[in-house]
Amino acid sequence: MTLTADTAYPPIVEMRGITISFPGVLALDNVDFFLRRGEVHSLMGENGAGKSTLIKALTGVYAVDSGSIDLIGTSQVFRGTSDAEAAGISTVYQEINLCTNLSVGENVMLGHEPRKGGRIDWKAVHRLAAEHLEGLGISIDTRSLLSNHSIAIQQLVAISRAMVLDAKVLVLDEPTSSLDRGEVEQLFTVIRDLRARGAAIIFVSHFLDQVYEIADRITVLRNGKLVGEYLVKDLPRDQLVTKMIGRQLDDLEAISSTAERAIDRTDAPILKATGVGRRGVLEPADLDVFDGEIVGIAGLLGSGRTELVRLLYGADRADSGNIEMVGTPAKMTSPRHAIDRGIAFSSEDRREEGIVADLSVAENIVLGIQARKGLRKVRQEKQDSVVSEYMAALDIRPADPDMVAGNLSGGNQQKVLIARWLATAPELLILDEPTRGIDVGTKADLQKKVAELSEQGLSVIFISSELEEVLRLAQRIVVMRDRKSIGELDSRRFDLDGLIDFIANEGDGSAA
Amino acid sequence: MKHRLFWPVATLVMLILINTIARSQFASITVRDGRLYGALIDILRQSAPLMLVSLGMTIVIATRGIDLSVGAVMAVSGAVALTIIDGSTDPNNVGVVMLAVVVALVISLLLGVWNGFLVSLLGIQPIIATLVLMLAGRGVALLITEGFITTVNSTPFEFISTGYLLLPFAFFIWVAAAAVVGLTERRSALGVLTEAVGINPEASRLAGVRSRGIIWSAYAASAVLAGIAGIIYASNIKAADANAAGQFIELYAILAVVLGGTSLMGGKFSLAGTVVGVLIIQTLESTMLFLGVPSAESPVFFAVVVVVVVVIQSPRLHRVARDFVRSARARRAAEPSLDAEVVG
Repeated sequence: MTLTADTAYPPIVEMRGITISFPGVLALDNVDFFLRRGEVHSLMGENGAGKSTLIKALTGVYAVDSGSIDLIGTSQVFRGTSDAEAAGISTVYQEINLCTNLSVGENVMLGHEPRKGGRIDWKAVHRLAAEHLEGLGISIDTRSLLSNHSIAIQQLVAISRAMVLDAKVLVLDEPTSSLDRGEVEQLFTVIRDLRARGAAIIFVSHFLDQVYEIADRITVLRNGKLVGEYLVKDLPRDQLVTKMIGRQLDDLEAISSTAERAIDRTDAPILKATGVGRRGVLEPADLDVFDGEIVGIAGLLGSGRTELVRLLYGADRADSGNIEMVGTPAKMTSPRHAIDRGIAFSSEDRREEGIVADLSVAENIVLGIQARKGLRKVRQEKQDSVVSEYMAALDIRPADPDMVAGNLSGGNQQKVLIARWLATAPELLILDEPTRGIDVGTKADLQKKVAELSEQGLSVIFISSELEEVLRLAQRIVVMRDRKSIGELDSRRFDLDGLIDFIANEGDGSAA
Repeated sequence: MKHRLFWPVATLVMLILINTIARSQFASITVRDGRLYGALIDILRQSAPLMLVSLGMTIVIATRGIDLSVGAVMAVSGAVALTIIDGSTDPNNVGVVMLAVVVALVISLLLGVWNGFLVSLLGIQPIIATLVLMLAGRGVALLITEGFITTVNSTPFEFISTGYLLLPFAFFIWVAAAAVVGLTERRSALGVLTEAVGINPEASRLAGVRSRGIIWSAYAASAVLAGIAGIIYASNIKAADANAAGQFIELYAILAVVLGGTSLMGGKFSLAGTVVGVLIIQTLESTMLFLGVPSAESPVFFAVVVVVVVVIQSPRLHRVARDFVRSARARRAAEPSLDAEVVG
């Protein structure tokens, strides 16, 4: 391999021949991974490719079956995360593991408080914490509660905590998934600064833009195997995607015709919501969905998208408005009512509101029809046929119905949820952020499936933060802002910039 | 992967083996007048009250709950049954005894419905909701017996705990209860829906599971089972003792559930595991009697054995042991690979 400027530093982490297996799954198969000082190294791959397993091997969460981990030339065996931390490997997880009920300063210095006469010297704690934070360009009151700060600040606090631990290697696992653009910039400034100071940083993200913006080097994994290591400047995006999914990505092109499809809106709509709202949650909104139509809901996080569909589904109770299903009034006071009227709702919070983690994949898929049927068990043959039908149709991997659902990757969990709902043969499927946090290949699969189902007559409400997806799939888009519906538009007449402009300016008074 | 009942069963077998080695007649079973006798048979008979309570506790724990009121429900159930029999003109009449049992169980059911109401409808934390009845229940039982320990002489009532049909009648009661609970949970969808609610209540609700009814029924079932346990207990001592009936049984039941491999976090549960857990506890009690552990020392002995058993079953211990073996292997494998080719 040719040496480049940023490899002037010697490798700090050398992982060789790492193999880790779980019951029935070979999660990592003889994978090598090298990390050098002063580089931002991005680990890329689809869900289930083995990225998180590799990181967990490095951070001591998993023991390796075979292979070696060297840190600055000395062989390491980590028996737990504390071993790895002591060796200088710090991790900032997707879900930040700090104590939100403690102050910022306490969090930064936790476990390393300076002492005076056997007692903690609080003045010094806060002084040192402030120094560390300022080193990252943040000046906040270290005595304020961590919970009073945004996720972005909490993330930076977690990073400065890693600095206190004198981390040589910093692992950032999806650090930007809940940050807005400005916050991402702030984080990147910190990352660049750390890199300049010689830190080795592993950056895992599903956002390709961000990877190309910040990373120097990329290691690609697929199905637990190493595909290769590349310099970012030598690897154009389409090649990266091809390497990640192992096939060409023109599937998405085929979908775009969905948005063009003409919808017959002469009959009564499947769902007609008039003035549905709830005080303090959502201003009364109208929404119609016709047979076979995909209605997109666009808007920023917190704009009321999720709130609206939760009211339609009866997950929360509306205190105003009427809902009609195919022309007859429907009371949606609980999810049961909605389900009985043929509505299915897949929540944006897969882990808390979707998957029943300890049950098997098969049990999770059957749960929807079983709940509908009550206590009489769905016959075993029927269960088996439903499970195998949807596992095949949605390409759920690994194809093991008895596997514990919590062990599946995010994208496959999402497919299990969609399978659960499709099995109930709904008339209206509400998908809230079905593609969040899942890889490119699975995203394409899901969108293709949704397009296919709508062509067969299923009506869909599709919510996504990725506006391209909404534009690609939906025939009609409802735009929301500040917990109210601000307009409805025909997706054929808008492109991405137009939609963004609409979300930002429409109905502002300033726009005209 | 090992079957999840491996450790509980191994523990039970080990206990029985130790007893048999200590005194060989422990395992011996003799036949007299068409009835089986022996230390093992005694264990089967004596485990009945704890078994019934623990089966109910398993279901409640599976829903992420806990039922502290089982001992108090036992006291109430015994008090109701004995007061009816005591007040009747003919305590030896089978009909009277049956009526007493039915009324006691209906009252128990109502107490369970009360618990379920507090937990599932009002959303009160299970530990607090059932604490109310745990504290108040014995008072209610005392009220029913007017502050006395009601005693009766009723042959049919005594049969419940001391009767024999080749094997002790009480044994048949718990076997039947275990079969009914097991079949109801596993033949219908109740079991898997209960697990779903226990693992993730919000996901289950959004999937359309009627979680309220499922949680409610768990507390009702637990109370009815405790009611039967109360009747067996009262029948055994021929009296309704509102203070002693089922004292601390909630704690032993929780222990039995955990020994059987059901997590206190709720979700996946194993009724078979609970049965084994109860038998472990009961065998341990018998062991202490059998080995002649002085009664003053028996709680310490019991505690030590339980700690050992729980540690042996601890998944974390298993994982640490496995990781230790693994990393030792990895270290050995790592050495020759140092000169392996660099791949990049």
